Amino acid sequence: MSKYILEMKNITKEFPGVKALDNVNLQVEPGEIHALIGENGAGKSTLMNVLSGTYPAGTYTGEIYYEGKLCQFKTQKDSEAVGIVIIHQELALIPLLSIGENMFLGNEIRNKMGVIDWNKTYYEAERHMKQVGLNESAQTLVKDIGTGKQQLVEIAKAFSKKVKLLILDEPTSSLNDEDAKMLLDLLIAFKKEGLTSIIITHKLNEIIYCADKATIIRDGSTIETLVKGVDEFSEDRIIKGMVGRSMEDRYPKREHNVQKDISFEVKNWTVHHPLYPERIVDDNISFKVHKGEVVGFSGLQGAGRTELAMSLFGRSYGTNITGELYINGERVNLKNTEDAIRHKLAYVTEDRKTNGLILGETIRFNTTLARLDKVCSGGVIDRDKEVKVAEDMKTEMGTKTPSIEQHIGNLSGGNQQKALLGKWMFTEPEVLILDEPTRGIDVGAKYDIYCLINDMVSQGKSVVMISSELPELLGMCDRIYVMNEGRLLAEVDASEASQESIMGYIIRDTVRDTANT
Amino acid sequence: MNETLNKTSFSRLLVNFLTKYAMVIALVIVFALFAFLTDGRLLYAQNMSNLMLQNGYVLVMACGMLLCILTGGNIDLSIGSVICLVGGIAAVMITTMGMNPILTIIVCLLVGLLVGVWQGYWIGYVRIPPFITTLGGMFVFRGIGRLVLDNKTVAIQDATFLNIFTKYIKIPGLDDGEMVLSALIVGVVAALYVILHTVKNRADRAKKGYRQNSAVSDYLKSGLIAALILYYCYLLSQYRGISVMLVWVLAICLIYNFITAKTAFGRYFYAVGGNEKATKLSGINTDKIYFIAYTNMGLLAGLCGLLNVARVGSVNGSTGTSFEMDAIGACFIGGASAYGGSGTVGGVVIGALLLGVINMGMSIMGIGDSWQYVVKGGVLLVAVIFDVVTRRKSGK
Repeated sequence: MSKYILEMKNITKEFPGVKALDNVNLQVEPGEIHALIGENGAGKSTLMNVLSGTYPAGTYTGEIYYEGKLCQFKTQKDSEAVGIVIIHQELALIPLLSIGENMFLGNEIRNKMGVIDWNKTYYEAERHMKQVGLNESAQTLVKDIGTGKQQLVEIAKAFSKKVKLLILDEPTSSLNDEDAKMLLDLLIAFKKEGLTSIIITHKLNEIIYCADKATIIRDGSTIETLVKGVDEFSEDRIIKGMVGRSMEDRYPKREHNVQKDISFEVKNWTVHHPLYPERIVDDNISFKVHKGEVVGFSGLQGAGRTELAMSLFGRSYGTNITGELYINGERVNLKNTEDAIRHKLAYVTEDRKTNGLILGETIRFNTTLARLDKVCSGGVIDRDKEVKVAEDMKTEMGTKTPSIEQHIGNLSGGNQQKALLGKWMFTEPEVLILDEPTRGIDVGAKYDIYCLINDMVSQGKSVVMISSELPELLGMCDRIYVMNEGRLLAEVDASEASQESIMGYIIRDTVRDTANT
Repeated sequence: MNETLNKTSFSRLLVNFLTKYAMVIALVIVFALFAFLTDGRLLYAQNMSNLMLQNGYVLVMACGMLLCILTGGNIDLSIGSVICLVGGIAAVMITTMGMNPILTIIVCLLVGLLVGVWQGYWIGYVRIPPFITTLGGMFVFRGIGRLVLDNKTVAIQDATFLNIFTKYIKIPGLDDGEMVLSALIVGVVAALYVILHTVKNRADRAKKGYRQNSAVSDYLKSGLIAALILYYCYLLSQYRGISVMLVWVLAICLIYNFITAKTAFGRYFYAVGGNEKATKLSGINTDKIYFIAYTNMGLLAGLCGLLNVARVGSVNGSTGTSFEMDAIGACFIGGASAYGGSGTVGGVVIGALLLGVINMGMSIMGIGDSWQYVVKGGVLLVAVIFDVVTRRKSGK
């Protein structure tokens, strides 16, 4: 009997023209939390898809031993049958169905006649929901609970499948810090009950926090496995393994030369929810940005930061918007996104797939879309000029792609993000609003994007950066505004602030809220 | 080692070629098949001339439909009814009321435009689903058309009106003989233009240092197109020459090809269909794009109503029934995505011709309407299955 619950030996998986995995080995002991780390495109998700049977046996070479037995999964059902459950990064829940219906989708509890037994379904659902500490009715629709709770539903669903080995692909990428910590604590609690988990994440602090071992994959090969308590188990050590070099400074240095001129100022900005106009999403917010300044917006999920940014960007979010907006000291009224772009404002969305890019089109198409007039004469597109512009942007952003005629959906997350930035740089913004610019992308690409931000401000332009990662805000910004539940709580100088002080504002505000009600 | 590499790159090239030109190849095969089955009667000058004229209205409708489909697989079900309404108005104005044909044409196009504005407003600015809006339009405009016609069949015999749409172009002195020389001259000029255009394009690219396609494929392609034009014009010269109808249809196709392939305005349709939210955040008024797609469709449906009444010579309450389906079929056979965001006018033309050749071939063979429906439906399904499967294989 092997001492491993899972052993993957010499896994090699090829796609036409690419070797995605090259002799990868992975060993997982029962009852541990095993982190799988690597840059985007390193092959983590491919490896997990091989394990779960999404890529069926025969399409790869190498062997998988699970509980000592050689396994050849043909489908995901096969792997689930032996207790391997994978939870994908993009949640696979159907919003308009209830929690219970979602949990047993494809796996319905039926009586002898083959009719769904709803009583038992909801009973079983709630039993598993209790296991993960989710206190909701199983009949609640998934759309009515937050992302954090949706993630819990996925885990409860895994329990309903009698999971022994749980694989989580970026489970916390859409969660705020608080929900993320709760989720990790849950995993630690399950570990004590004997559950084995493999967690794929980009957030190194989470690995340090919860993982027992970390296997690092780079360019489709396993580099090393670090064991907590045996090897050095620090963020810097892991980064070194991931990028193949040590990264002294995660944030590039820059001269802080904030100018006196205010480029962007908002006064008493109030935004109401588009569907429920009585709900105030952003309440009486005033802030300003100087030329050459990076201003951060910190807060939890639902603090109203994205909504604020989008409502400022040509009223692309919300109703009953009131307040004043000044660009370079002049009051402007941006009626739509076209107006906003014309006033040299750019908003780079947090959700590049839904709101940012046209995935089925080429890099060239996406690059010029927001300012197509710049490559047109008399409404006719100058194809040659367009190609040149797209090539230039690709070089400037450092987007890794064989050609600008490549469909943008085929690029990795980091490269998509660079292409998206390129699209907005092409609009020549004076004020660039970046919404979670480094979400779900690897360390190397993050660094490139930080450098771009520094370039922007060194040219006297302004950057507004919304981020849920406090170290990033502290490392990059000149000033940070703290928001909570639609209100602006504080304005702090980045050089004087710390993660603790910023979280302190938010937590004290949340506590006061609870005390008031 | 090197040999195997060459072999794989050759087979990949072949696969690329086959998928890229699948519909062209299908058209050629179907064409050859019917030419064979009809003992070459399909190739008679008269039949070849009629092929374009019979399907002209499909081509015009399909150009408009393509814009609607590009925005997200949205279709317009009301076209057939609009054709009946506009045709009815034309016939009643000219024949019953004896009004000026030019004025009639202007009024008819305005009616088409108005219908488009009406539907475009609901679809674009109020966001009523296009299927429902145009289904409503299909009933409403059919009804109004019948009211206008008072449930009768009305014919048009006005010479001016018919000349504008159906006359064969004859230049006195030149085209008096057995052969219509003007058609031949047009053919030679067009063929020369195609070849010279390719030469100039290549020279431009070479000068600016842009990437070139291989000379063989460029010249082969333009040579084939030129030969095809020459041959078709030769056939036309054998049978009455170039019809004004053909000029209308070709002009519409060329204009819409230009709009969709070369202009910023055209590109917005692809953008909306690809990802509407991202397009909106890129500063593009997506409501307006929907509005224009359906307004334009109304205008083209109006033009089709005129072309149709001119060609048939009369209108009744069931004129144009299910014409929209031919246009939708042509678009999907021609490779437009049912989810929007992709499709070309060139593809649509090929789709429409494929349907046209099948119709004509089967008619010549004396096979009835019923079988034509079966075959057309089958072709549509096979074309879309092929499209979906090859897309899946190529990754996305």
